[in-house]
Amino acid sequence: MIERYTFHERVCHWMTALTYTYCFATGLALYTPHLFWIALALGGGPTSRFWHPVFGAAFVVCAIWMHGMWRGDMSMTDVDREWMKGLRDYIENRDDRVVAQGRFNAGQKEFYWIMYYGAALLLVSGVVMWFPEYMPIWLRAPMIVLHECAALVTIGGFIIHVYMGVFMVPGGLHAILTGSVTRGWAKAHHAIWYKAVTGDRE
Amino acid sequence: MSNGVLEVKAISGHTGPVPGRDASRDFAVAKLIDVTTCIGCKACEVACLEWNGYPFRETTFDNTYQTMPDTAWNYYNLIRFNEYVGDDGAFSWLMRKDQCMHCADPGCLRACPSDSAIVQYANGIVDFQQEFCIGCQYCVTGCPFNIPKFNPETKKVHKCTLCSDRVGAGLEPACIKACPTGCLHFGSKDDMTNLAGQRVAQLKEHTSHKNAGVYDPPGVGGTHVMYVLHDIDHPERYGGLPKDPQVPLLVRIWKGPLKWMGNLAMTAGIIGVLAHFVRYGPKDKHD
Repeated sequence: MIERYTFHERVCHWMTALTYTYCFATGLALYTPHLFWIALALGGGPTSRFWHPVFGAAFVVCAIWMHGMWRGDMSMTDVDREWMKGLRDYIENRDDRVVAQGRFNAGQKEFYWIMYYGAALLLVSGVVMWFPEYMPIWLRAPMIVLHECAALVTIGGFIIHVYMGVFMVPGGLHAILTGSVTRGWAKAHHAIWYKAVTGDRE
Repeated sequence: MSNGVLEVKAISGHTGPVPGRDASRDFAVAKLIDVTTCIGCKACEVACLEWNGYPFRETTFDNTYQTMPDTAWNYYNLIRFNEYVGDDGAFSWLMRKDQCMHCADPGCLRACPSDSAIVQYANGIVDFQQEFCIGCQYCVTGCPFNIPKFNPETKKVHKCTLCSDRVGAGLEPACIKACPTGCLHFGSKDDMTNLAGQRVAQLKEHTSHKNAGVYDPPGVGGTHVMYVLHDIDHPERYGGLPKDPQVPLLVRIWKGPLKWMGNLAMTAGIIGVLAHFVRYGPKDKHD
């Protein structure tokens, strides 16, 4: 077994995931009347309205924490651009045609940057919505629209992220829970990283 | 107030069928404010506080006859005051009773995300149910008249109820009852529209206010609070009454296309990953 995520990285990931998921659930409740029952299930409308921005702020703190941790790993390289050309092969599971990847592949990196910039937009618009009574009235409607658009984009990424981690790539969920992956997994999905951490020349 | 209340059933000293039998009248209610006969006495402000059980709050003095700069969560009703000098040098004091307009297309109700926090009754009254209010203040964003006001202590938003509790019991709103000049009227929307038309005709015929008119803005589907103004082309002179109020465009986009497009996109996303799993399945396991 190879260590893929340190304890520190896993804690950071799951704190970010937890705060995001709470905001996702309560945000959906306030987003559409069809899902307002989520707010009731989570303690009521006023409770959800109170905690949503608090958890949102915590999510941003976690995102900054994660950024300090993974920023270097997430920059796009020539290998990534090559991988993106074969995206269709990756999606359709023709993995023998997919080029070797470093610690994170380009899809993971794109998801990371969507969430990073999404968090920034959600923060700016969210502060206005948190304390609307102190904000000029002309600013409120544009910020609400921005908040919902940014949230929808992150939700798109979130759906794909959860699907891939849990269902599409066996071993992915196990890796982020326990931190370790098998040699075969590392070699198959992240060959460049595998060689770097093991020194395996094969 | 139901349809039946306003339907004629029998008339004294009348032979033959009752005229208007089975004909139902529009039972939408309306408040008519004739600003040309308002003297700015503020009896309506006091009556509003008394009926709603709020204490009198601190006032400000800025060399006008206005009690305070704006309405408040516990001060639904404010006479706005403006000194206006016309083109011909004629000087006038413009008084306007400012409160919720009870729009037929209420921006507050459109914007509100909380189940049951805002209701619109069939008679036209738009009322806030504070027990369901979550304090997000989207209603403030949706309102083109800047009426809903937030109470920071309770995190609830309040506004004029058009005395829905009194109207439901067959009474007129408290402000109407208190008005000493008869500038405030209350009745069915039809009757108030007629009365407003008569008053406007009277103003045009007997006074110099040739441009008098009724303020019942179509941009919000009409309102259940109407004004008779000296000059219908310049409502903004009366303490910033908007000329063509609309539910803000961004609010309509946010509550219209953005909702169904977002719902569609999220549903498509979930169906998409399910379809992917069914078609391509998981990647190979590597032990």
